[in-house]
Amino acid sequence: MGTIELVATRYRPEQDVQPWEQRYTVPCSEDMSLLDALNYIKDELDPSLSHRWSCRMAICGSCGVMVNGEPKLSCKTFLRDYREAGVVQVRALDNLPVERDLVADISGVVEHIEAVKPWLIRHSTAPVDTAHTQTPEQMARYHAFSQCINCALCYAACPQFGRNPAFLGPAALTLAQRYNLDSRDEGSSERMPWLNAEEGVWSCTFVGYCSEVCPKDVDPASAINRGKVASDINYGVNLFRLLRGKSDA
Amino acid sequence: MRRSHEPISWSLFGAGGMLLAFIGPGLIVSTLLLAWLVQDPQALHATLSSGLQHPLARLAALAVIALPLYHTAHRLYHGLHDLHITGPTWLLGGFFYGGATALSALCALWLFSL
Ligand code: SF4
Ligand code: FES
Repeated sequence: MGTIELVATRYRPEQDVQPWEQRYTVPCSEDMSLLDALNYIKDELDPSLSHRWSCRMAICGSCGVMVNGEPKLSCKTFLRDYREAGVVQVRALDNLPVERDLVADISGVVEHIEAVKPWLIRHSTAPVDTAHTQTPEQMARYHAFSQCINCALCYAACPQFGRNPAFLGPAALTLAQRYNLDSRDEGSSERMPWLNAEEGVWSCTFVGYCSEVCPKDVDPASAINRGKVASDINYGVNLFRLLRGKSDA
Repeated sequence: MRRSHEPISWSLFGAGGMLLAFIGPGLIVSTLLLAWLVQDPQALHATLSSGLQHPLARLAALAVIALPLYHTAHRLYHGLHDLHITGPTWLLGGFFYGGATALSALCALWLFSL
C-alpha cells in the first residue's frame, strides 16, 4: 500500500482571513475512497479538519467536494484513480458559501428545492383503501428524475447558478419536473410559475455539465430542457387565455 | 415570480434548429444535385423561380431562411452571455433578434416580389 498527497483547502471562519491549503500524506490502497482518506486525516493526523459525510454509499448526498476541480461525492471517489496525478486537491463545493474547510453551505440550494414543492400535491380526495396505482410506463416518465439525492454537485457545476444564485438550478428544476410528470400529482399549476420565471428554466443555456457530474445519472440538463418545452406550452396556453379576456395564470 | 418572455425566442430557436437538423442537409444536397443536373445556370434559375411561383413554396422558403436566422441569433445572444460579454439587454437583444427580424423581412419582401 503506497501513499498519496492530499491537499485540502482549509477555512476556519473564526481564525482565517482567507482560505489556505494544507498538505497531508495519506495511505492509498485499491479500495480506499477519498472519504476514507478524509476520515483517516480526521482520526489520525488532524482532528481539526472539517468535512461532511454520513452514509458512505452515495445515498445521503452530504459528502460532495471539489476533487481536482471536479464536483464529486468523496465516498464514490477512489484514491486509485488519482495515483497517476500523484496529488488529490480537495476543496468545498464551488458556487456556494464555505461554512468551514470542506463543508459548503447548501441552505440556498435547499431553499430552491423547497420552493418548487417537491412532493405529491393532491386536490381530489385520496383513495381510502387502495394505493394510488401507476403503470410501469407512467413511472418510467419520472423515475430517473426521482433518483436525486440533493447532493448539490450539479450546483457546483452550473456556471449560471455561479453567476446568479437566484437561478433555481438543476436539482430544483429537475424535482419540479419529477412531480409534474407523476400521474398521481395534481400540483403542476403551483410549480409552473417557478419554471416559467427567468430564474426558472429560462436561465439555463444548456451547458450540460450538471448531467456530467451527477453521481446518480439523474440527467438534470434533460429535465430542464423538457421543462422548457412544458413552460413554452404553458406560455402559449396562457396567451390564449389572455386573448380570450381571462386573467394571467 | 415574473413570467419570462423567453418562450417566444426559444420557440423560434427550437423551430429553426429542428428545421436545420431535419431538412437542412437534404436541402443543400438536393440544391447541389439540381445544379449538377441542370448544368446551365440560367436554366437552373428558371427552374427554381418557377418552383417559387406558388405562395406556399415561397412561405416554405421563407421559413427555411427566417427560422434558422432566429436560431442563430438566439444562440449568439446566449453565447455572448456564456462568454461573459454583457451589455444592455435592449441593445444586444435588439441587435440579434432585431437583425434576424430585419433580414427575414427583407427576404420576405424579395421572395414575394419575385
Ligand atoms: S441532480 Fe444529481 S448532482 Fe444534482 S443534486 Fe441531484 S443527485 Fe446531486
Ligand atoms: S457519504 Fe453519503 S453520499 Fe457520500
